[in-house]
Amino acid sequence: MNDTTNQLLDNLNALVVGLFLLTAFGIVAMRQARGCLNLFIIQSLLLAASAALLGLRHQTEHLYGVALVNVISKPIIVPWLLRKTSPSEIYTRREVDQVLNIPTALLIALALAILSYFLGQPLLKAVGPDFRGPNVPIGIAGLLLGAFTITVRREAVPLLIGLLVMENGAFLTGIAISRNLPLLVELAIATDGLVIVFIMGVLTRAVQKQIGTTAVGSLATLKEAPDTTEESEVAK
Amino acid sequence: MSVLVILLLPLIATGLVCLPFKRFWAPTITVISSLAVLILAGHVAWLTSSGGSITSDLKIGMLKWIAVDGLSALILLLIAFVGTTAAIYSIGYMGHDHLTTGKLRLYYANYNLFVFSMLAIPVLAEPTLVWIVVELTTLCSALLVSFENTREALEAAWKYVVLSLMGAGMALFGFLVLFAAMQASGSTGAYTWSNLVLAAPLMPPVLLQTAFLLILIGLGTKVGLVPMHTWLPDAHSQAPSPVCALLSGIETTAILYVILRLFPVMQAAPASHAETWATVLGLLSVGTAAFILLQVRDYKRMFAFSTVEHMGIILTAVGLGVSVAGYSAMQQVVSHCVTKSFCFFAAGVVLLAVETRQIASVRGLIRKSPVAGAALVFGGLAITGAPPLAVFLSEFSILKAGLTQREYLATALLAIFIVIAFFGIMFHINRMVFGTEGNGETESSNHLSPSENGKTFHLPFSCRLALLIAAIPVLVLGFYIPQPLQDLMAQAAAVLTKPTP
Repeated sequence: MNDTTNQLLDNLNALVVGLFLLTAFGIVAMRQARGCLNLFIIQSLLLAASAALLGLRHQTEHLYGVALVNVISKPIIVPWLLRKTSPSEIYTRREVDQVLNIPTALLIALALAILSYFLGQPLLKAVGPDFRGPNVPIGIAGLLLGAFTITVRREAVPLLIGLLVMENGAFLTGIAISRNLPLLVELAIATDGLVIVFIMGVLTRAVQKQIGTTAVGSLATLKEAPDTTEESEVAK
Repeated sequence: MSVLVILLLPLIATGLVCLPFKRFWAPTITVISSLAVLILAGHVAWLTSSGGSITSDLKIGMLKWIAVDGLSALILLLIAFVGTTAAIYSIGYMGHDHLTTGKLRLYYANYNLFVFSMLAIPVLAEPTLVWIVVELTTLCSALLVSFENTREALEAAWKYVVLSLMGAGMALFGFLVLFAAMQASGSTGAYTWSNLVLAAPLMPPVLLQTAFLLILIGLGTKVGLVPMHTWLPDAHSQAPSPVCALLSGIETTAILYVILRLFPVMQAAPASHAETWATVLGLLSVGTAAFILLQVRDYKRMFAFSTVEHMGIILTAVGLGVSVAGYSAMQQVVSHCVTKSFCFFAAGVVLLAVETRQIASVRGLIRKSPVAGAALVFGGLAITGAPPLAVFLSEFSILKAGLTQREYLATALLAIFIVIAFFGIMFHINRMVFGTEGNGETESSNHLSPSENGKTFHLPFSCRLALLIAAIPVLVLGFYIPQPLQDLMAQAAAVLTKPTP
């Protein structure tokens, strides 16, 4: 493949991972569970697109496999599994009591994204020139923003999506710096995501049946001091 | 081939227990399959301890990702042992009447899946595949933690899953960076533990250290190392007791095994600070757990914190220098496994006898249920390292190794924390077992179950049997370690130090 095509593919990939970062920001800010899920689906499609572009760019066939798996598993099977396992009303829930308000959360997310750029630099210098690209810092940003989403959310579905965003972030870096991993391994990692969704869905349903809410962040009775435990029991 | 059979047996058992037969079907199948796994694991361990290799006939196709050396065989044997005793214990513990047969089937199906996912950890040699089965251990055990379906159990399971999976996300990143480091070193071999050690000297240090830290923190979350331990006492206290024995006794160790696998890699690389990190995190865990142990109010949480302490001790031992303390660390792994599973069995029979988890509500246990009381005292003494029991021997040899390494500060801190933990645990257990009611703890009488008004409580036979079987190694390993086990631990320690050819 000639240089112009390569350049074009690199630029396209940069655009795609840039959009990936935007979706991660969107998930931090989105209040509606349904919106979070939709953004996550877009993000997974972008991850698949990036895998396909990198596969084309470096002639690595099994990245197409990764792209295909991502297109099938996350946008189709994840929402289906969630619908099967957990109560349907969780989609329509709006979270009013986030730990942080949205502007603050976005500012912190921005700081994390800048931090991940600096964290990515030493890694980029260490890998071969063939493996460099915007995927590394943005993958780290995905990981950090996913973790941040988990810490500020209390609803079950956004928490779950935060976990999946972390995995997407790790994967986005993975397709760039360790793209020669055997396909079987990548398939197994993708399947693992589905098991996560299934188990968390079942847990969510159990929590809702038992406690009557899916705001799992409000579960905080297990502590070292039993006095506060009893108080909170009374408060309920 | 026996390795493949070990992995297949729990899967077959999972399928079989789902069949709609009578009530005793699922427990019987589970016990039979775990006994078979134990025998096969013993066979594998026997072959490995005498220096033989059982992986030579597996070098084809996908099977090249399966490899068993001394360290894996040791962990495999321990998982099989705790899996068996916990299966026997489950018969009596889960056998109470208000559990429907369907729910019981679900328990055993999950149980076998969980054991399968743990058995796969030491057997697989491909780090990313190991990561996947580590994830599976979380996911298979989540429904076991929430099994009792109370508000607390669900909260514990939820915390467990979210924190473990957050850690797993970081660890995945670490393993991918590790793969990139291996590529950058110019190695073309398959991504396995042994090839990693070979490639380590040429890896870019930045990548290797980043990978190590990410994996240490990510998987350390699941081991329960201190800044990331917050979920552990919840999950390990809310699950049914046989599951606690599995979680605390062996699952944490199996995950720690994955971290230990990185130490030979880090040693082969120039200027790595792996051992410093291990010592710092280890001492932090031991210290924090020791002080929390003084003020716990729930005896199952007490044993859970003791797990945090012991994971810290093992990590500190490795940090003191694998060449000297490697064998002691392996000894500690073995003694912790057998002792902690016993402790949770003991805590389980106490729970059956008094039906409360609060330390303050349990007094004079020895009069209500002599077996439960005696088991709790024995477990407490064993886990805190009273001579002549297994943990005493291993902790003593770790401290000795620390002194020969001239790491006086770390050794002294370790010794002090161990003593504090001893007093913490024994103080609580002493009051529970021998204390008299009414000395300022008047509210305790509200929690007492009707069954123990003067009458002694009768434990199910299988619980007694499991306690007995679990007590044997705790007692015996204190003064006599059989030669094959010594060889196996020496082999395991050798894996930690020198690159395998």
